[in-house]
Amino acid sequence: MPAISGKMEFDTAWSYAPAPENADHIVLKKRYELFITGKFVKPQSGKYFETLNPATGKPLAKVAEGSEADIDKAVKAARKAYTNHWSKLPAKERGKYIFRLARMIQERAREFAVIESLDGGKAIRESKGVDIPLAAAHFFYYAGWADKLNYAFPNTNPSSLGVAGQIIPWNFPLLMAAWKLAPALATGNTVVLKPAETTPLTAMKLAELIQDCDFPPGVVNIVTGAGATGAALVNHPDVDKIAFTGSTEVGKLIRRATAGTQKKITLELGGKAANIIFEDAPLDQAVEGIINGIYFNQGHVCCAGSRLLVQESVKEVIIRKLKDRMETLIVGDPLDKNTDIGAINSQQQLATIEAYLKLGQAEGAEMFQSSCPVPQNGGYWVRPTLFLNASQSHRIVQEEIFGPVLAVQSFRTVDEAVKKANNTHYGLSAGVWTDKGSKIFQMTQKMRAGVIWANTYNKFDPTAPFGGYKESGFGREGGLHGLMPYLKM
Amino acid sequence: MAKKTLKTAAKPLTKTSNKTAENGHQEAPHTETALAVQKTYKLYIGGKFPRTESGRFFKVNDPDGKLVANMCRASRKDFRNAVVAARKAFGGWAGRTAYNRGQIIYRIAEMLEGRRAQFEAELVQLGSDPKSAAQEVQAAIDRLIYYAGWADKYQQVFSSVNPVASSHFNFSVQEPTGVVAVFAPEEPGLLGLVSSIIPAITGGNTVVVLASEKFPTCAITFGEVLQVSDVPGGVVNLLTGHQKELLSHFSTHMDVNAMIYCGNDPQISITLQTSSADNLKRTVLYPDTDWMTASGASPYFILDTQETKTTWHPVGK
Repeated sequence: MPAISGKMEFDTAWSYAPAPENADHIVLKKRYELFITGKFVKPQSGKYFETLNPATGKPLAKVAEGSEADIDKAVKAARKAYTNHWSKLPAKERGKYIFRLARMIQERAREFAVIESLDGGKAIRESKGVDIPLAAAHFFYYAGWADKLNYAFPNTNPSSLGVAGQIIPWNFPLLMAAWKLAPALATGNTVVLKPAETTPLTAMKLAELIQDCDFPPGVVNIVTGAGATGAALVNHPDVDKIAFTGSTEVGKLIRRATAGTQKKITLELGGKAANIIFEDAPLDQAVEGIINGIYFNQGHVCCAGSRLLVQESVKEVIIRKLKDRMETLIVGDPLDKNTDIGAINSQQQLATIEAYLKLGQAEGAEMFQSSCPVPQNGGYWVRPTLFLNASQSHRIVQEEIFGPVLAVQSFRTVDEAVKKANNTHYGLSAGVWTDKGSKIFQMTQKMRAGVIWANTYNKFDPTAPFGGYKESGFGREGGLHGLMPYLKM
Repeated sequence: MAKKTLKTAAKPLTKTSNKTAENGHQEAPHTETALAVQKTYKLYIGGKFPRTESGRFFKVNDPDGKLVANMCRASRKDFRNAVVAARKAFGGWAGRTAYNRGQIIYRIAEMLEGRRAQFEAELVQLGSDPKSAAQEVQAAIDRLIYYAGWADKYQQVFSSVNPVASSHFNFSVQEPTGVVAVFAPEEPGLLGLVSSIIPAITGGNTVVVLASEKFPTCAITFGEVLQVSDVPGGVVNLLTGHQKELLSHFSTHMDVNAMIYCGNDPQISITLQTSSADNLKRTVLYPDTDWMTASGASPYFILDTQETKTTWHPVGK
């Protein structure tokens, strides 16, 4: 039994001076066009929308709104590039282009990190330490697969599919672009990519790099826009593959829309992961794991550990330590290197989270928020939040909030923990904390989820397959398994 | 398939069947003095042979139009009962060791081998010619042996240890997706059934199957083989009935994790994939697989109803 100690010390007597990342070297265009056939072209409708800095609510740039006609143009470009160039290129040469792109992202990593934080609101510490390096690593990993596909799936003689339509979310804009593009290109497909409407800037920067890398025109096309643009891509008859990361709701629409077609689909959807703390866990490490699990990237993470399941015998101490730790988190300017929790991605998402905060209280759960100050500047902020006394049927326990909001439940036995953990429609990820090895394997085997973190949380790597069970979607991204959705076998 | 039934086909049936007919069907033409005891074909759910709760039937005739059996016309309720049985069996079956699952599947082959004549006769009775019926039964036995051998090997082929760039031990394994609903191929009746369900159960799933409408008798007889093969009740549940009627019940059921359709009716594919979206069932379509050839068997059929699970653990002091 762990001893119940006093208040955790975090040297909070020290105050942090502002440490803003220098953004002087960032050059943003006033207006971004569509990237089709290797060129930046105006949208046929002539329409543009604004992308905002969620930390200020102020516009950063205008971005082209792609219509059905633009999607059609992009798909045609991708088809032509596939037929004339990409499918004829020796695989090792294909790989070299992708290697080149990986290197170029590394060279310009700082710039990408700053833009990612400006456009999406995430803390610069995370953009710099997680998003951008992982994006580069993802291209580097898959580049090497291009000429080795025959070793991946024995006896299949795999071949590319053709044109892939890819739709990505706003929580990890460049990283999700990398997760989509890298395996698709390495397996010999050409791509039409639609970035999320609130975070298009790093994708458009990536388009500039793709030009710099001399990719054959049309191999990668990027069409910005909102839901209708994505729908046009999903419904385009000449697309062979749809890869989507986003909400379960939209994932189901895509499944229905592609029913009976030859389109292969992969869906990376929502989650409501249980993060399970046993009494024999290293408790201080577990508290760090809970914090990282739910407050990483403002909780805008499909695999976030948004349900804390804590064994009753240590509940009190864990909650106390957790609250103490929450009090140390800094909410504020995403570009400040000390910031732990940046801005909520959009006003719409802020409204969703706030609605859940009200709902959780109305359902009878007890809300606790850190007392930290938040900027009063027109940006979108939510303090780190947890709900005590949440029960299995509460909507804050069953539904994905996609914000820095943790629902806390307790359990007594291993079986109860497993039952509660698996009792949702989702099955993307889960966390387990215990120092007992046999229990780790017991738990990781019984969890119905695609990614299990034991004594750690929210770790990602290009070599590690990622994806869900049940309504969290199907197909895997990353690793050898991530090649499969882009191959005919 | 072949044209003419051999009159002798009914004979081995009467001799090997250990089931007692409970209903009086009309008499089969017979050369012997003793009246043939015909079998009542029922469903196979949860390791038992219940009649359909609906009390409905459909007739299966031989090529001459003579009645072979009144098959159970399974209902939505039968299907739902079968899913409950399959879900109940899932944890135990998935939890068996791979070695044990392999031995049980091998045991199915042993049981089938001993009943060769009965299955050949059932296929011939419904229009298969004797030679292809014999080939089909042989292929079904071979296929069982093939997958019995895969049970403790596919994991090694499809798993990975992932060299992550951080201080973690990271690996990905295959796990069964859960309860799998199957529309078995119309033909070949026995081999199609075996080829479409054995990969799923080899991988630890449990299945609810709608048998071929054209060759349903051998499916239910295969249930008898399963029952004496140490396959736990509920791992395989066999229904007979109409695809069109049961399609939406299969594809909309919220406790079914995946559905396999072995057929090429585009309307069925569309409906299946549309309504499977309700709980994002994995849909696996085999529109043109030739089950009679080697292309009808591979570990990739097992992989089609597997999930990949990635586990992380820190490496440190």
